Amino acid sequence: MSLHVESKRNFFLVFGALMVLTMLTVYVAYFDFGAWNNVVAMAIAVAKASLVVLIFMGVRHSSPLTKLVVIGALLWMVFMVGLTLTDYETRGFLGVLGK
Amino acid sequence: MSSTTAESAIAPPKVHYLNAEHGLKSWLLTKDHKRIAILYLISVSIFFLVGGLFAGLIRLELLTPQGDLVSGDTYNRLFTLHGVIMIFFFLIPAIPAVLGNFLVPIMIGAKDLAFPKLNLGSWYVYNIAGLLGIYAMIKGGVDTGWTFYAPFSTTYSNSYVVPTALAGFVAGFSSIMTGLNFIVTIHRMRAPGMTWFRMPLMLWSSYATSLIILLGTPVLAITLLLLILERTLHIGIFDPKLGGDPVLFQHLFWFYSHPAVYIMILPAMGVISELIAAFSRKRVFGYKFVAFASLAIAVLGFLVWGHHMFTSGQSVYAATVFSVLTMLVAIPSAIKVFNWTATLHRGAISYDTPMLYALGFLGLFTIGGLTGVMLGTLGIDIHVHDTYFVVAHFHYIMVGGTILGYLGGLHYWWPKMTGRLYNRFWSQVSAITIFVGFNLTFFPQFILGFQGMPRRYWSYPPEFQVLNVLSTAGATVLGVGLLLPLFYFAASLGKKGRVAGPNPWGAIGLEWTTTSPPPTYNFEETPVVTHEAYAYEELHPEPTQKEPYLA
Amino acid sequence: MPEHSQSGALAHHFETYDQQREASSLGMWLFLVTEIMFFGGFFLAYIVYRSSFPEDFAIASHQLDVTLGAINTAVLIASSLTMAMAVRASQLAQRKAVVGFLIATMIFGGVFLGIKAVEYSAKFEHHLVPGPNFELHAEGANGEHAEGFDVGHAEMFFNFYFGMTGLHAAHMVIGIGLLIWLCFPAWKGRFNADYHNPVEVVGLYWHFVDIIWIFLFPLLYLIGFHVGH
Repeated sequence: MSLHVESKRNFFLVFGALMVLTMLTVYVAYFDFGAWNNVVAMAIAVAKASLVVLIFMGVRHSSPLTKLVVIGALLWMVFMVGLTLTDYETRGFLGVLGK
Repeated sequence: MSSTTAESAIAPPKVHYLNAEHGLKSWLLTKDHKRIAILYLISVSIFFLVGGLFAGLIRLELLTPQGDLVSGDTYNRLFTLHGVIMIFFFLIPAIPAVLGNFLVPIMIGAKDLAFPKLNLGSWYVYNIAGLLGIYAMIKGGVDTGWTFYAPFSTTYSNSYVVPTALAGFVAGFSSIMTGLNFIVTIHRMRAPGMTWFRMPLMLWSSYATSLIILLGTPVLAITLLLLILERTLHIGIFDPKLGGDPVLFQHLFWFYSHPAVYIMILPAMGVISELIAAFSRKRVFGYKFVAFASLAIAVLGFLVWGHHMFTSGQSVYAATVFSVLTMLVAIPSAIKVFNWTATLHRGAISYDTPMLYALGFLGLFTIGGLTGVMLGTLGIDIHVHDTYFVVAHFHYIMVGGTILGYLGGLHYWWPKMTGRLYNRFWSQVSAITIFVGFNLTFFPQFILGFQGMPRRYWSYPPEFQVLNVLSTAGATVLGVGLLLPLFYFAASLGKKGRVAGPNPWGAIGLEWTTTSPPPTYNFEETPVVTHEAYAYEELHPEPTQKEPYLA
Repeated sequence: MPEHSQSGALAHHFETYDQQREASSLGMWLFLVTEIMFFGGFFLAYIVYRSSFPEDFAIASHQLDVTLGAINTAVLIASSLTMAMAVRASQLAQRKAVVGFLIATMIFGGVFLGIKAVEYSAKFEHHLVPGPNFELHAEGANGEHAEGFDVGHAEMFFNFYFGMTGLHAAHMVIGIGLLIWLCFPAWKGRFNADYHNPVEVVGLYWHFVDIIWIFLFPLLYLIGFHVGH
């Protein structure tokens, strides 16, 4: 893969977007959306992280393998958190073995 | 060609990786993956001996029903240290860091791994971890079991938990450094013509193992770090008084430690593929199935960890999910066993020492694997969890599988690595002694476990004594069998040794196209690969000498 | 065909600069995978406990200084900008720009750590450090005394606060060390389009540490606003 040099303009645009999203996440925290609080906060965080990954870290122009590596890591986090929560979220559902 | 011309044609290469440079510094600062493999061979062998000594003491204590050889507290330390050393300092590193390091670049057609300095660094990190572990041992050891369960490890144990946990933490870095190196090498440094599906299956196994190492080991690292933080800084993540859940420790611990068992077996499976192909002189049946099965084991292996926690208090729903997933993970392993067996069918089989190990693996791994399925069955596990049934199961895999794979690989590639041949008779005696001793040691333990003998206990009801005595007798035989190679391997290197040609077994693989031992940069010119991995039907390679043994 | 001996920048076991650069980049990405799983275990523990006692965590979180946390977030984002600029400059062989941006990144990193030190010392003063001296006098959002919270669970929150930001800070310190180390070859003009791998991989590491903070900030600082509502 040949080298791709990102433009300064794009870096500054992303910087601006990240600052705006930071202010947004603080602002939004003052409101109570009930169960949606977490979703909103995490959505903003994911948006910020995506900008860093795609532009600052250059994944947008990286090889398919690099993209696969990033997706793989996220998938493994899903496995780890998801399967562990199947325990915590279902404690008490089916009673105790042997009783 | 006559044997005399063949013999006289075999002279060791003048300059090869072992004599290219001299002096301790040239070894301790080497960047040559082959020298690093030898360095690892020495280190892991030392730890294997230490771990074996602890095993010997355990079996000695268990000759009698009463706890009479050592105190109960000491016994706890013996089995903990046996486990910690064998798992973290032998089984996890051995095949990747010894055989993998030596072979991966050569099998791929490269001059070295992607990051040679990182490779050397991994050996130093391994030894630092080892020193930490030895320090903890000398100060009195640790008594928590290699599983370090909270809250005993975090709060109540008075043993050297922190240095041992730190040793494990540091050893994890060494493992990650090796795995990372393998993945980059396999992706980015394959020789021209070496497509993914022309790679020897040893490389597929090494790759799958490395994936597990990268994805799992860091979770062990954070778990051990949290354990250390709780013991030292009162950051009590697992402290029930603060709402902490000791079962969370188990989730985090087993998220790594279950895939870890696949780190331990996959490389051995890679070796077995090589041995069975070479000594049946046939391509591996279902090559693609075996390759994909390696990846499937790596992925599915991450989804089953709760089967270690069936009796720990996790929800029954989660236990059921984990039990079903455990059934799935058995499938790719079974696919491999069927494919290896099919490879043997109508092959031109020779019973050379490496093949004896491969055949032993097939039987013992099958038993270990099937008993694993039994353990994964929720209802059965409630009965046999924490008994000797579990101990027998994992020793069938770890010793009957991994160690036989490691020894088979050592015996196969010894001539390549050292340029020398070893004694046929003693090597075969050793293989058979190990097989007999192993079964005598561990088969009785299935029965003991099923009858209810708990593991990690220093005393037991008298009715279990006969089987325990048989087990200890077996351990003695096994110990003898495992010590024999020290002698004949050493003899192979001595003055009366016999030189190996480039291809004593008449096998197919890039490693057999180089001299024995290979030159430092592996290949004079970058090889171009034009055929698939085990093209015995096309190529009909001849061994470079008639008798690939010392005598 | 690049000469291995001439510039010395192409290692003997690689065929081309491209191959070397791809290997080096893939290697760092794989290391970041391990870092994701490493922090990931900590995040998992946080998720488990926070979903078990969310109100107690919220009350404890209310003790944190959101302003300092937000400033720190901005500081790290700025440091990511300067780091990206440093990598870009190294790709373009702009020797002085590389060093300038590396130093700017270090300064931002130092400011971050300085603010963290201020925060930590405030926690010490207010007895919010986990251990035998932990005390929490909780207030609701309107200043009234909050009832019925579990002080053990609040201490657990601070286990996560100190553990996760401490681990993050340790990674920052290592990052700053790497940046200092980079300044030397950068000043000597060693980096260009063919060979700038060290800057690129340190950049990847630095951005990753920034991303960890992007998640830590809302999870630790911003969950305490609805206490008492």
